[in-house]
Amino acid sequence: MAIPQTQFTVLMRILHWLMAAMVLAMLGIGVAMVASLGDYHRLVSIHRPLGIAILILVVIRFVNRQFSTLPPFPATMSSQERLVAHASEILLYTLLFVLPLIGWGMLSAARFPIVLCGTLHLPPILPHSVMLYAFLRKTHTILAYLLFLAFIAHFGAVLFHTLVVRDGLIKRMAPWRVQAR
Amino acid sequence: MPSDSTVSVEKQPAPLNGGRALLRLGGIGIIILCVVGGFLYLGGWFSPNALTPARFVDAFERADGVHSGFRRNHAKGVGVSGYFESNGQGTRLSRAAVFSPGRVPVIGRFSFGGGVPDVADAPNTVRGLGLLFRLPDGEEWRTAMVNLPVFPFQTPQDFYDNLVASQPDPKTGKPDPEKMAAFGASHPATVRALGIIQSHAPSSGFDNTAFNSLNAFRFIDAAGASIPVRWSLAPVQPLVAATAATTAQTDKNYMFDALIASILQHPLQWHLIITIGQPGDPTNDATMAWPDGPEQVDVGTLTLDHVESEETSFARDVNFDPLVLPSGMAPSDDPLLSARSAIYSQSFTRRAGEAKTPSAISAADVRK
Repeated sequence: MAIPQTQFTVLMRILHWLMAAMVLAMLGIGVAMVASLGDYHRLVSIHRPLGIAILILVVIRFVNRQFSTLPPFPATMSSQERLVAHASEILLYTLLFVLPLIGWGMLSAARFPIVLCGTLHLPPILPHSVMLYAFLRKTHTILAYLLFLAFIAHFGAVLFHTLVVRDGLIKRMAPWRVQAR
Repeated sequence: MPSDSTVSVEKQPAPLNGGRALLRLGGIGIIILCVVGGFLYLGGWFSPNALTPARFVDAFERADGVHSGFRRNHAKGVGVSGYFESNGQGTRLSRAAVFSPGRVPVIGRFSFGGGVPDVADAPNTVRGLGLLFRLPDGEEWRTAMVNLPVFPFQTPQDFYDNLVASQPDPKTGKPDPEKMAAFGASHPATVRALGIIQSHAPSSGFDNTAFNSLNAFRFIDAAGASIPVRWSLAPVQPLVAATAATTAQTDKNYMFDALIASILQHPLQWHLIITIGQPGDPTNDATMAWPDGPEQVDVGTLTLDHVESEETSFARDVNFDPLVLPSGMAPSDDPLLSARSAIYSQSFTRRAGEAKTPSAISAADVRK
């Protein structure tokens, strides 16, 4: 019998921590730029390409996940808790995919150029409609706050398992290598 | 998806006793609070008096009211279109594709400053011209210009403070002269700029108006070298000074009507003039004029040959954000630029979601 896998694959862990840093930066930049005058341009110039990079990475990550074996949840998690954890993963994946797409879509509806860097820019993906822009712009904000709350729930749950339940949940995703028993 | 089979990663440590578990829970609570607090701090939740795009646009709305679907500033306008014909002289200054010899299509909007969409035309009101150049490779260059030779405010805060100080007193219906005097006393740069502005007599109409970029920008050439620049549009139509006779009009839209009449008669043209900043010319202070030096380059001609009402014009639903720049152009260190971009975006977002009300210059006005 093969030794049961205790960790996500190296690629999955790299993608997780890379995207964690990018998404946290993105949330901070997003909330700061809408309240900023002097730094607005600098921040929005990072926000756009970073969002598109997250969109590309989440697709790679999702496809890779379908072809990877996942480590089991620890025995300390009840079946309800597993259901909640699984649902929160679906929510996080969905938001990481939908948020950049809405960002791209809302700029398309506003006919605002989606410049990534230099002359590199994306084509519009929606027709020119300022009403559509206004709706998507609001949706972008609401979903971004939802993503922040989902991140807090995810972060809090992992801290709870690691520090209070002490079931070694973090080891599944730890950047370092954990040997199977 | 996770399998339901379970395995313990390692030997489970003994469960924590109640007190220690509570202590650790408290620690987790503090960590979460710090993260949430940091997020809210970045969003400006703990600095309620800081100037934000929303508070800036609120000040425009307090000054002129909310007019559904209209820009919060430069509310009254018409759409125009035409093309820019580059003569190639700009290619040595900037690698931007707009300066390669040839034509690019242009969309624009003439406007009056202020947030009232049916304000009566008057020669002393600030005139605006927003332009969007469509570059061949899908890039865009947008610029929002005005007819002032310099801008009255050095910083966004100065502009905001002036909006607040010039708020009409509810009793008199006029700005409080004491507040205005206090603003002037503490803002000598504004007083100096207003002196320059008042020494320039306005022209008779939009067609013979010179428009200026006001802020400095940077042009980057093919080798990557960067120079400070400002730009302006010099009208080909002969300058006629506004006179008392032209100002005493019964038609509230007489300047727009004259613009429409002249554009229907013949295309209107402007030379795009690039002024290159010399050592000592401030790039971060739009209240200061750059002396007219030898370093001015005529890079091509803007032709506007079509005019339409905002109801049908693409220009109504466009944000003439001055920081939509093609590769080869970049912002300067002028603090107004990023603020303009942020505030235009805020104004655009607010009006985008509102019901659109007909513009003062209707489709019928443009046809007659």
